[in-house]
Amino acid sequence: MTLAAEDLRALWLTARLAGLVTLILFALGTPVAWWLARTRSWWRGPVGAVVALPLVLPPSVLGFYLLVAMGPEGPVGRITGALGIAPLAFTFRGLVVASVLYSLPFMVQPLQAAFEALGERPLEVAATLRASPLDAFFSVAVPLALPGFVTAAILTFAHTVGEFGVVLMIGGNLPGVTRVASVQIYDHVEALAYADAHRLAAVLLTFSFLVLLAVYSRRRRPWRLSA
Amino acid sequence: MSGVRARFRLDRPGFSLDVDLELPGRGVTGVFGPSGCGKTSLLRCVAGLERASRGHLSIDGEVWQDERSWLPTHRRPLGYVFQEPSLFPHLTVAGNLRFGERRSKALPRVLLARAIELLGLGPLLERRPESLSGGEKQRVAIARALATSPRLLLMDEPLAALDLPRRREILPYLERLHDELEMPVLYVSHAPDEVARLADHLVVLERGRALASGPLAETLTRLEPPLRPAEEPGSVVEATVAEFDPEWRLVRLDWSGGSLWTVDQGLPIGRRVRVRILARDVSLARDHPGRSSIQNVLPGRVDALGDDEHPGSALVRVRLGGAPILARLTRRAVATLALAPGDEVWVQVKSAALME
Repeated sequence: MTLAAEDLRALWLTARLAGLVTLILFALGTPVAWWLARTRSWWRGPVGAVVALPLVLPPSVLGFYLLVAMGPEGPVGRITGALGIAPLAFTFRGLVVASVLYSLPFMVQPLQAAFEALGERPLEVAATLRASPLDAFFSVAVPLALPGFVTAAILTFAHTVGEFGVVLMIGGNLPGVTRVASVQIYDHVEALAYADAHRLAAVLLTFSFLVLLAVYSRRRRPWRLSA
Repeated sequence: MSGVRARFRLDRPGFSLDVDLELPGRGVTGVFGPSGCGKTSLLRCVAGLERASRGHLSIDGEVWQDERSWLPTHRRPLGYVFQEPSLFPHLTVAGNLRFGERRSKALPRVLLARAIELLGLGPLLERRPESLSGGEKQRVAIARALATSPRLLLMDEPLAALDLPRRREILPYLERLHDELEMPVLYVSHAPDEVARLADHLVVLERGRALASGPLAETLTRLEPPLRPAEEPGSVVEATVAEFDPEWRLVRLDWSGGSLWTVDQGLPIGRRVRVRILARDVSLARDHPGRSSIQNVLPGRVDALGDDEHPGSALVRVRLGGAPILARLTRRAVATLALAPGDEVWVQVKSAALME
């Protein structure tokens, strides 16, 4: 089985997008997850709900709003315009921004669960051993929540690979810029090139299965403080 | 000002802590009381893990909390041993020990090597916490707290999560710490025997209030109801093994109140021991009893009289030298002997138990 050059190009673009989105979400999602896991603020409910929205929203709805926001008259478009930056819609950068929002819950929720499972005690112990809150986060919370980080990264990456509706709305279908694998398959089907669609679909199916196998085969129990 | 000054007011739904304590700057202060009395809350306030709305805390004059300032936990030079060992599972024993040591800015008062030696951890250093027994884990947790060179060591029922054999395994280590460390220790427990063995000073808490705070023997021999920190009223005296009588297999224990003979348990001469004298094993006589099976007869002075649980009996506190012990008598005996505070009496001690 061989893939056409443009199929490979679409796969490479997909991998770049998913990798970049995962990295960005590590930086953005970790503090959000930490805050959601530990705050007693009234804002916990609303923020949690907003983070979870992409789980239930049709991707076309998210894509539509983003398209409007990023358009020349939209709030994001006005800002990028004022800064002299090209509009984000139908660009790779626009796709990254949209994917970050779309995949946010897949990073935040596993991390939040991992942080909640830690409880207060490890951090209290760390504090009595002179570790500042930031120090305790990196030297105790992160190592103990490591399985959660791995799960979150795998799910975020895989979910970004699997997105379609948002891409179509915000990215369009520009070869090498916004034409990711899922869109490429759609194109093949539109062109009635079923053999091509089969090959690419098989790649994504195999990838997705292996990813989920990795997630579900991992040790179930996270590390706990010895009692 | 030396010593620990702790004043806290903490209000929680259904519970409030309101204490004002002055504690000695060295030795072990036992904090005793039933569960839910606020022992752990007190310790958490001292550690800064709980923020008392109003409070003052100073250690040897160094203020950790007052109306204007409040040091966060990680800036307080203290050691904390939790009820569960709470070792970090991603680090080896050595990694756990070094975690606090590396972050401690204090001059090392307790070297890591010394903590390892005191708690017998040499053979365990490269092990992972999950491979240790409960007793070993708690020893690591104690050494980890010591390795930060704390100015104050807080221990929250460190033996409560362990079964009896494990407890017996750790107690000697705690006694060694007591004998060899300079720093003050706050030791929370609801077990009277632990308190009697380890504490020099005793605070009795009930429903968030301090009912008593004073030297161990004074607090143990308080006559005021309702709470005595022992199943059985009695006193604890600190004595030295002074003489061994090989013929009768007895040893003489010297203490500030006099000398006591008791059965030998193989302890070396010169060893300091704690001796428990229960009120039911002590009787009083106006005249020297002369020939009697009770051979420990010491002169003392009646200090105070109080109620016992049964209306027919009474507790009498007598002082031998300065040391207080309790005697349980029937009320009729008290009346017949016409005992009153200040009276000179002969104190007969039927048995004294070495706490080893």
